[in-house]
Amino acid sequence: MFEATQLNEQNRRVQSLVRILLLLMTVLLILPVIAILAVMVVKGGPVITLDFLLTEPTEGMTAGGILPALVGTIWLVSVALLASVPVGVAAAVYLSEYAPDNWLTRAIQLAIINLAGVPSIVHALFGLGAFVLFFKLGTSILAASFTLAIMTLPVVIVSTRESLQAVPRAFREACWNMGATRWQTIRHIVLPNSISGILTGVILEVSRTAGETAPIMFTGAAFFLPFLPQSVFDQTMALSLHLFVISTQVPGVLEGMPYGVALVLVVLVLTMNAASIAFRMSLRRRKKW
Amino acid sequence: MVADEQPRREEVVVRGLTVRYGGKAVLRDVALSVHEREIFGIIGPANSGKTSFLRVLNRMDTFTPGMSFDGEVSIGGRDVRTWRNLYALRRRIGVVFPLPVGLPLSVYDNVALAPRLRGVRKKAELDSIVERCLRRAALWDEVKDRLDSLGSLLSGGQQQRLTIARALSQEPKLLLLDEFSIAVDPVTTMRIEDVLRTLREEMTIVMVTNLVQQARRLADRTAFFLMGECVEVGPTEDLFAGRARDQRTLDYVEGRFG
Amino acid sequence: MDRRDRHWYVDKIVAVLVFLGGVSAILFIIGIFVFVTREGLGFITTRLSLAEFFGSTAWRPTSNAHPTYGALALIVGTASVTGLAMLVSVPFSLGAALYISEFSHGRVAEILKILVELLAAIPSVVWGFIGLSIVNPLIIRVFDVPVGLCVLNAGVILGLMAAPIMTTLAEDALKAVPDAYREAAEALGATRWQIATRVVLPAAKNGLVAAVLLGVGRGFGETMAVLMASGHAINLPTSPFDSVRALTATIAAELGETAVGSEHYRALFTLGILLFVVTFSINLAADVMVRGVRRKA
Repeated sequence: MFEATQLNEQNRRVQSLVRILLLLMTVLLILPVIAILAVMVVKGGPVITLDFLLTEPTEGMTAGGILPALVGTIWLVSVALLASVPVGVAAAVYLSEYAPDNWLTRAIQLAIINLAGVPSIVHALFGLGAFVLFFKLGTSILAASFTLAIMTLPVVIVSTRESLQAVPRAFREACWNMGATRWQTIRHIVLPNSISGILTGVILEVSRTAGETAPIMFTGAAFFLPFLPQSVFDQTMALSLHLFVISTQVPGVLEGMPYGVALVLVVLVLTMNAASIAFRMSLRRRKKW
Repeated sequence: MVADEQPRREEVVVRGLTVRYGGKAVLRDVALSVHEREIFGIIGPANSGKTSFLRVLNRMDTFTPGMSFDGEVSIGGRDVRTWRNLYALRRRIGVVFPLPVGLPLSVYDNVALAPRLRGVRKKAELDSIVERCLRRAALWDEVKDRLDSLGSLLSGGQQQRLTIARALSQEPKLLLLDEFSIAVDPVTTMRIEDVLRTLREEMTIVMVTNLVQQARRLADRTAFFLMGECVEVGPTEDLFAGRARDQRTLDYVEGRFG
Repeated sequence: MDRRDRHWYVDKIVAVLVFLGGVSAILFIIGIFVFVTREGLGFITTRLSLAEFFGSTAWRPTSNAHPTYGALALIVGTASVTGLAMLVSVPFSLGAALYISEFSHGRVAEILKILVELLAAIPSVVWGFIGLSIVNPLIIRVFDVPVGLCVLNAGVILGLMAAPIMTTLAEDALKAVPDAYREAAEALGATRWQIATRVVLPAAKNGLVAAVLLGVGRGFGETMAVLMASGHAINLPTSPFDSVRALTATIAAELGETAVGSEHYRALFTLGILLFVVTFSINLAADVMVRGVRRKA
């Protein structure tokens, strides 16, 4: 009675075929990128020396190092973080701990999804119109960072909110019943147990901010600057813009150089993402309840 | 509904209490009083409104979506609706719920939380409060060597006693317990019942229980709630010795329905 | 005893602060629309002709004699590149999502998900660079054409970019289907493949459509990769080997050359408004679909 019928056999064969097909599709998705990365490592690897990372470009940007671009990216990322993390955490706390189930809350959630979905060039236009021109910040690290901050706000909000909501409601109610205010409960129980989510969001934001080009192109980043930035009101170079310009607009660049810059950027970004993933996984193991 | 003629001062006075969830009444026109320093039991089948009654006492309606109530509810002579600082009200009421909750802090910090929120800073003072509360909650011996282990990782019975220790650390005038023994083993239940008997000297205790015999063991006076109505209130012995005034109470107490 | 103490006031202040934080998202989105429109308004009110904008391929803003602002070629450029990208990546993304969600478990699934997540992190300018330096010569060699910066190049690059995100979103949609459905089908003797096609896919339909929509939105809005890989010719493509210009790339390429407040400048902002409106609508549609999913499951 339980012998395999012909229909069963057929089904099983189809299943194996389908399984292989889908696996193939998955692999084909991943393989080209790995191959491309391999090419980049091969062509760009030799270019990356300590000198490359720590000296300035020479000979009209066709040789030398990428120090000012690296420094500039660090400036941009830091200021963007300072601007977006407090606002992002506050927004996440509001959505998770305070927001009633009404139209305003839906509108906020919709706004967050859209912030994430607005094309980067439109963010650039916004940054130009708002920060550079209207608020008269001029093309500066400040204007560029604010633009980046608004662009990456959703990353912090979503990640923080997830970890806030992972804290069981029973803990909050126990505190409220003891007479603790909402803020006291958040401060003593909820936030300390959500630091992981906040950090994950921060790491992801750093990785996204470091790679963006369009939003900073017209708001504060420039290509050939003779000095390192001294304050947030200066313009700056940036890795992402550097890659763009030397691969499209500068003739006579040493062959490996653009690959080198691309590789530095990719390694930076992938390391940050890998770190956030590893962080998330290690925290999942240390169960506190 | 039912008038009591006890001479002791009344800690909790309730008149005409109706509780609604989203418009639907789960408790109608309840009137009763709880005397100072007694254990007041509330028995009745599920969905009779017992838990809703407790929730009104410490104004949990403000963080329970859809919950509202009418009527007079006074604690210590003041209507709970007139309090301007509800946190201050709640600080004076300890609550123990069916599900044991150990906060994800160290055992020490669990019990030190309420004092800290009150403003107690000195380590010596906190130490003594923590030890006193853990002792009175019958938990000290088990945790005294690991006060910095996580409260949320203790056993269920330990977490429930930890909850009681936390409630005690508030130095409450009123202690509310809602079916505290449901998720807890019989040995722990017994120990907690002993704890409650000693606590009666210094605070008023209102205890909702689905274990009729538990009310018989502990409560001085008991109320019987049935389907949103407070059917009767009286000395526990009367209710259990067959001297209940309402037939429904008699039936419930004798186990004819549950 | 019943005094409003410091904690009471701090609590109220915090409530206001976090509310401001929450509302800021709405403020920013509105702000984006306002400021982009503000800069582009001049063009819309004085020079814009809808017939020319949407019907003409003559985008010649820098012509001395008679500047024209026909955006049709740009729109078609964006559409063709995005279309090709979706053609390539949607089947693969769905296939990969199906595999990860229904056919793999534990370790393998985790590794695949991590790989997909890492792929999604690669910055757009790097993708553009890849299109320029690796795919470009590849196309020239394989298809024997003179120029490799074309619809095909940008489409493949965009496809590879959008795929990880679509895979992740599709996988989320599949995972949202309750296990109870799968178990019931299994009890009836269905194979995993049958369960996947007859039970899970239909149940996850809304979420999957949303995933594709978001992928399309991503493709529409992609700037650097398309700028670097699609070429610079403003024309209607007749073959995948034609160079095209996308809306986003046009803004990025030309804005630097314009004077603030000039007609060309404002025209570019107007393109920005168009992009904003389109992607906003796509995101709205996707959100509506997903809400449907949440209500069902």
